Amino acid sequence: MGIRERLSGNEAVAYAIKQVNPDVMPAFPITPSTEIPQMVASYIANGDIDTEFIPVESEHSAMSATIGASAAGARALTATSSCGMALMWELLYVAASNRLPIVLTLVNRALSGPININCDHSDSMGARDSGWIQIYAENNQEAYDNFLQAYRISEHKDVHLPVMICQDGFITSHALANIELVEDDKVKAFVGEYEPEHYLLNDNENIAVGPYAVSNYYMETKKGQITAMRNAKKVIQEVGAEFGKMSGRSYGLFEEYRLDDADYAFVMIGSAAGTTKDAIDELRDQGVKVGLLKIRVFRPFPAEEMTAALKNVKGIAIMDRAESFSGQSGPIASELGAALFMARSESKVINYIYGLGGRDYTVDNAKGIVTELRDYVENNKEPEQYKYIGLRSR
Amino acid sequence: MSSNFDYRNINEKSPWQDITEGNQIYQAATSVSFNTGEWRTNTPVLDPDKCTQCLLCTPACPDSSIPVVDKKRLDFDYDHCKGCGICAAVCPFNAITMREGQ
Repeated sequence: MGIRERLSGNEAVAYAIKQVNPDVMPAFPITPSTEIPQMVASYIANGDIDTEFIPVESEHSAMSATIGASAAGARALTATSSCGMALMWELLYVAASNRLPIVLTLVNRALSGPININCDHSDSMGARDSGWIQIYAENNQEAYDNFLQAYRISEHKDVHLPVMICQDGFITSHALANIELVEDDKVKAFVGEYEPEHYLLNDNENIAVGPYAVSNYYMETKKGQITAMRNAKKVIQEVGAEFGKMSGRSYGLFEEYRLDDADYAFVMIGSAAGTTKDAIDELRDQGVKVGLLKIRVFRPFPAEEMTAALKNVKGIAIMDRAESFSGQSGPIASELGAALFMARSESKVINYIYGLGGRDYTVDNAKGIVTELRDYVENNKEPEQYKYIGLRSR
Repeated sequence: MSSNFDYRNINEKSPWQDITEGNQIYQAATSVSFNTGEWRTNTPVLDPDKCTQCLLCTPACPDSSIPVVDKKRLDFDYDHCKGCGICAAVCPFNAITMREGQ
């Protein structure tokens, strides 16, 4: 039986970092970063862990130093949020293409401008093509559990890719909630020691990291990266199942909530899934068959698995908490829409944008969406596509 | 992989499965075999009659394109010389002239 606690999402992830005790953590020590580096620095100062903390001068340097530490052979991580991640942009691609098993704990917050410090997914969604594995949490328990699984995924020999552990800014990162922690010895046994095969500080091997590779090699390199990303699907599920055996909480690529017999489904990421579950419970009591597919892993994108899980659903509301400015849809709808088309799905689909810059998303919002979805399916009344939820309008 | 790793087995005909993760190279001094002299637009030419073997040119070369054996410089290593012309500028005896082209 685990340890009962009350922690915020930031505290939960910092505690997970303490339990894993990684080798090196370069991080930018002030805003836009989070409390996580501050809490880890306290653990180090108190002698709880021996992680080397490097206070760097920018987020660009934070990721650069993390890459250097990882290439040297250390289990490395960093933490950031919002514009801090935007400043890491160039290096995100370098970490992934160098196949370094780095972990980044991200607190999802809006990008400027207007200047805004609240939750949405525009930071990590913008980085979705950088080659990182992306794992999202609905609540602080999942954020904690996901971090404990991260190195098992990133360091797996079939993967060797960096992993982004994402949680919703403020809603998850700052709100206290009950949580069950795993005992230290179990965490240690589960995560294991990091023993890289190739690393710069190995006296017995000459090695060059990150060499120039021109047109004759670039595409072959990308094929290697995408193959590792596809391999990650299986590894993530295996690690999630093994974590379940240890903790009683199993994880897959996504969570299905009352989806089995559902006529209508929400597809979404993050904390708002909890609000949607409440709406689903109310609607189910009224006899409306609604369910939820909550995406946990956005990279690799579980296209085949999701379309299979949604194959009997008549209407789907795809919920995006990021604007992609394509003018057609948000990022989840764009990718899932393509996947549904490839799978010859006949489900009717509406894309909604909600919660940008921390805008509230309520149970009533969710119920209104189901009303629109039913009208679309039952009465063929086509709704406004790509609609902003809770938008004031003249 | 490293014990029997030979970078020469990875070349422009290699399938993607043979490219190392992150393009890592598990060997030292492999740049010697990489011909970086091909983008030279001016070429230093040594006049052995004028050369006094003072060796002032050797340390001035930003690459290592002036090989020295038994305290005597040999002809240029044109596989790595980029044609910057510094050797010609530092030679006190005008023994090195820059020729246009490769």
